[in-house]
Amino acid sequence: MGAIRLEQVTKSFGEAVVIPRVDLEIADGEFVVFVGPSGCGKSTLLRLIAGLEDVSGGRVVIDGAEATRTPPAQRGLAMVFQSYALYPHMSVYKNIAFPLKMARNEPAAIDRKVRAAAQTLNLTQYLDYKPGQLSGGQRQRVAIGRAIVREPKAFLFDEPLSNLDAALRVNMRLEITELHQSLKTTMIYVTHDQVEAMTMADRIVVLRAGNVEQVGSPIELYRAPRNLFVAGFIGSPQMNLIQGAEAQKRGAETIGVRPEHIRASHHAGDWAGSVGIVEHLGSDTILHVSVDGVGMVKARVEGEFGLRHGQKAYLTPDPTKIHRFSANGKTIL
Amino acid sequence: MARAIPQRRRWLLTVVAWAVGLVIFFPILWTVLTSFKSEGEAIASPPHFLFFHWTLENYAEVQQRSNYLLHVTNSVVISLGSTVIALVIGVPAAWAAAFAPARRTKDLLMWMLSTKMMPPVGVLVPIYLLFRDWGLLDTVTGLTALMMLVNLPIVVWMLYTYFREIPADILEAARMDGAPLFSEIVHVLAPMALPGIASTMLLNIILAWNEAFWTLNLTAANAAPLSAFIASYSSPEGLFWAKRSAASTMAIAPILILGWFSQRQLVRGLTFGAVK
Repeated sequence: MGAIRLEQVTKSFGEAVVIPRVDLEIADGEFVVFVGPSGCGKSTLLRLIAGLEDVSGGRVVIDGAEATRTPPAQRGLAMVFQSYALYPHMSVYKNIAFPLKMARNEPAAIDRKVRAAAQTLNLTQYLDYKPGQLSGGQRQRVAIGRAIVREPKAFLFDEPLSNLDAALRVNMRLEITELHQSLKTTMIYVTHDQVEAMTMADRIVVLRAGNVEQVGSPIELYRAPRNLFVAGFIGSPQMNLIQGAEAQKRGAETIGVRPEHIRASHHAGDWAGSVGIVEHLGSDTILHVSVDGVGMVKARVEGEFGLRHGQKAYLTPDPTKIHRFSANGKTIL
Repeated sequence: MARAIPQRRRWLLTVVAWAVGLVIFFPILWTVLTSFKSEGEAIASPPHFLFFHWTLENYAEVQQRSNYLLHVTNSVVISLGSTVIALVIGVPAAWAAAFAPARRTKDLLMWMLSTKMMPPVGVLVPIYLLFRDWGLLDTVTGLTALMMLVNLPIVVWMLYTYFREIPADILEAARMDGAPLFSEIVHVLAPMALPGIASTMLLNIILAWNEAFWTLNLTAANAAPLSAFIASYSSPEGLFWAKRSAASTMAIAPILILGWFSQRQLVRGLTFGAVK
């Protein structure tokens, strides 16, 4: 069981308010991702749940029990750090065994659990190695191993993949998702990478300056962002945000349309402009088009598209997929 | 990338290094040489360097006149005892300063260090009176406690600087892994900071071993360590250079040997964390 509830949680460091007020409910077994730009308070929020920082106000409830003042060791949560935070003087075996030793498990039980975890994570042959002898991906797996042997109520991941290279990151992303599906344990995952958030989460919590901007499933956030910030943050390439006459025509201060919701043509369309940069991704082509009276607009076109720098292009946004925002940045429904 | 040093420059540097080393080592060498001379040769002018009548009579006489073994035992107990107690107090203190700093931690550390800036003689009278009233004069217990207190600021400071090199993440991971504070310090922090702790320990032993001001003022016969033993050879009857040198040689020999064997550890500890 690993339901976690934050009630009116606030956090300030001296004068600086990092978390003005957060209410959040995380269900047992859920994979929740905290996402936001750096400095948005997502790591702080995770550390408040972990107990590594004390809340300035409000309550943390784990499994229905008050945990606000419970020390981290007794919260029954496991954490995986960005820096892996392995014990450099211990072998992989001892690293994974450490939480079990702290929990005073029997040596035989420790051995069985460590070997089982090593098996799951493909670490069996590295059990005698020291962390310094492992690659980044292997170290991260040891850190995960150290977390899973405890059978915690919930896993907390603090940007665990940021130190890995791109290919490894994609692999580890899948491994963590698979792990979640097999363990069915609550996971809270902090990242600044919206692709990680979209691909892994059951539910995403978008944070800005310590405030929760929106909570929802990846598709909800993609389809119905509540404000300009979420609209701009979720989705890649970023949503086109257009102000001026085009927006006013639709009764909004700003309109947003995702690059994949714009049709491009050589001959005719709503907006005419000249092609700037063309990004060839193979499966898609992203056109940067300078549209008269609108500005720079990105359009994503399937496959190859035979337009080059300086040529004329016509763009047509899908009218059903246009998001409208008011002057204060809120979505107009 | 390694910088290439021309052969001639390398020679020059070697010669300079040896010269500096010899200058630093010379007083010790001279003490050892003098300890093998007769009293007459010890004060001969011009001094004899190597060509004199070598004799062991000073050592024999020093052995006869004083209880060397007692002084060695006292020195060992005082320096080791004070160091161990200082570490037991200093490790948690340095942990708190490095990993759980409060608003005034820096001030507290500076205040601790400031006690080392005061000349010890400034507190001689109060300390002497305390020792007298508590019956600690000329006791190993009293001197061990005092040496511990005198060196504690250095121990805390050294440990603090070493601990600050250790990523806080790792200690937080230990906390998340269910380690109580004691286990966190014993199983995670201490092994990682071992070079630092070892060099702190060595330095503290050396400082306590060589300390003379307090030992001379607070001990007489029973608790006198080796530094007081050396001093007893400059007596009102006259200065016996050769015997004093023999006593000095016997006094510094153990710590010199310890230093020799641990120099690698000492250097590693003193530069610990200089390069990540």
